Amino acid sequence: MSMDINDVRGIHTLLVLIAFIGICWWAYSSHRKNANDEAAHLPFDDDEIDQRTQQQDKTENKE
Amino acid sequence: MSTVHPNLTYNYKVVRQFAIMTVVWGIVGMGMGVLIAAQLRFPFMNFDLPWTHFGRLRPLHTNLVIFGFGGSALFATSYYVVQRTCQARLFSAGLAAFTFWGWQAVLVAAIITLPMGLTSTKEYAELEWPIDILITLVWVSYAVVFFGTITQRKTKHIYVANWFYGAFILTVAVLHIGNNLALPVSAFKSYSIYAGVTDAMMQWWWGHNAVGFFLTAGFLGMMYYFVPKQAERPVYSYRLSIVHFWALIATYVWAGAHHLHYSALPDWAQTAGMVMSLILLAPSWGGMINGMMTLSGAWHKLRTDPILRFLVVSLSFYGMSTFEGPMMAIKTVNALSHNTDWTIGHVHSGALGWVAMISIGAIYHLIPRLWGLQKMYSINLINVHFWLATIGTVLYIVAMWVNGIMQGLMWRAVNSDGTLTYSFVEALEASKPGYLVRLIGGALFLSGMLVMAYNVRMTIRQKDAVALDNSAPQAA
Repeated sequence: MSMDINDVRGIHTLLVLIAFIGICWWAYSSHRKNANDEAAHLPFDDDEIDQRTQQQDKTENKE
Repeated sequence: MSTVHPNLTYNYKVVRQFAIMTVVWGIVGMGMGVLIAAQLRFPFMNFDLPWTHFGRLRPLHTNLVIFGFGGSALFATSYYVVQRTCQARLFSAGLAAFTFWGWQAVLVAAIITLPMGLTSTKEYAELEWPIDILITLVWVSYAVVFFGTITQRKTKHIYVANWFYGAFILTVAVLHIGNNLALPVSAFKSYSIYAGVTDAMMQWWWGHNAVGFFLTAGFLGMMYYFVPKQAERPVYSYRLSIVHFWALIATYVWAGAHHLHYSALPDWAQTAGMVMSLILLAPSWGGMINGMMTLSGAWHKLRTDPILRFLVVSLSFYGMSTFEGPMMAIKTVNALSHNTDWTIGHVHSGALGWVAMISIGAIYHLIPRLWGLQKMYSINLINVHFWLATIGTVLYIVAMWVNGIMQGLMWRAVNSDGTLTYSFVEALEASKPGYLVRLIGGALFLSGMLVMAYNVRMTIRQKDAVALDNSAPQAA
């Protein structure tokens, strides 16, 4: 019995399924919890730079 | 925090430019939409001129709203979000400025060439080859600016919004170049290098991913930044957002074949497109739920904050149209819906309800922040805009549902001897009331954009007023 292209397609589907389950397992694993929390907080961590930018833009406008 | 880089500031100039042009192209593009909607109800409005004919203005409408309005919103928000979540200044001010002026040149070229009838006839890719080359140059510069900024980030993680924006930029580059490969025969005429059904499949591989990546992935990036920001709480589940990302981008590229059901495309490819479209429901709804649930514990904010209302209602329309889409991709449903107004209704429940509403919410969030103010000139006018947009969208899609299903049923009705029960013109006659309701809905949506333009203009004027009660608080 020899393999043809359709066996490769079947194996491909299986590999994609395994990769997807792997991503889910990785994203939900407990050792990712801190990293996930840190990343989720990124939109709230840079107010200082934003305010400095606004101050600078204002000074530039006045000049 | 930013203690490590005490002198860092962001480049807001290009963000301000694109934010303004989002409103401008929104009005021009939607105005064009209202005109062609009127033409369908009142054919004399074609004015018997080739340049103002529906067939030439319809692609101009789609180009202006997708690439002018949606594109400007994506450029503005991606440049803003990538800087703020990477805590890094935009990679190159010069290249960023080139993307702004280059993109405006593309849109002006569309306004000139499409009414002249210069078109490659590929849907959502009608612009002829010299303009396609300019788009490619702008897009490659966009990728360099965006990913260059990410490589210079001061943060450990790449925030999920940037993953979505990045996927949108890369995939649109591949799709644009792949679909537009053509042999030029003159300055403004070219022929696709693909033939027959291969050309059709390439076209809808592009066409559906114009929806999937241009009009979805990029706007999901917007959702993952602006919904948490406006609700003042982090996204509901970051790990769900990771699964959402990989599932969505892995599935979307396969769905395009559902535009070619019952065509010369091989049957297995049609079925594959249908199955992948059905699978898409899962990541779409995962993302919608993630955005919605970000508000858990903060639902009361919806009562007082019309910006948050724009963002959340856009997610409801997203959920609705990503349920409707997979249903319409089922071959037997498609047998009824294909080529009818139902398709137009589906597109606009996504385009007006999801894409436009989340962009409008994001722009209302951005405008005061970009000009150093605390809030928009008038919160009441945002509320007025919200209701005009919502009622306009609902009228539009309900009219198209009614028309679409009616057309589908009339076209397929046969008498006992096998002849058609209705002529095409009879179905067209029956569509007139729906076309009028659609015109009213579109006009309401457009009037909301005019309210927005006034509000934005009045807000920006305040930046010079030194009575600082609307001035953003300064760092001590």
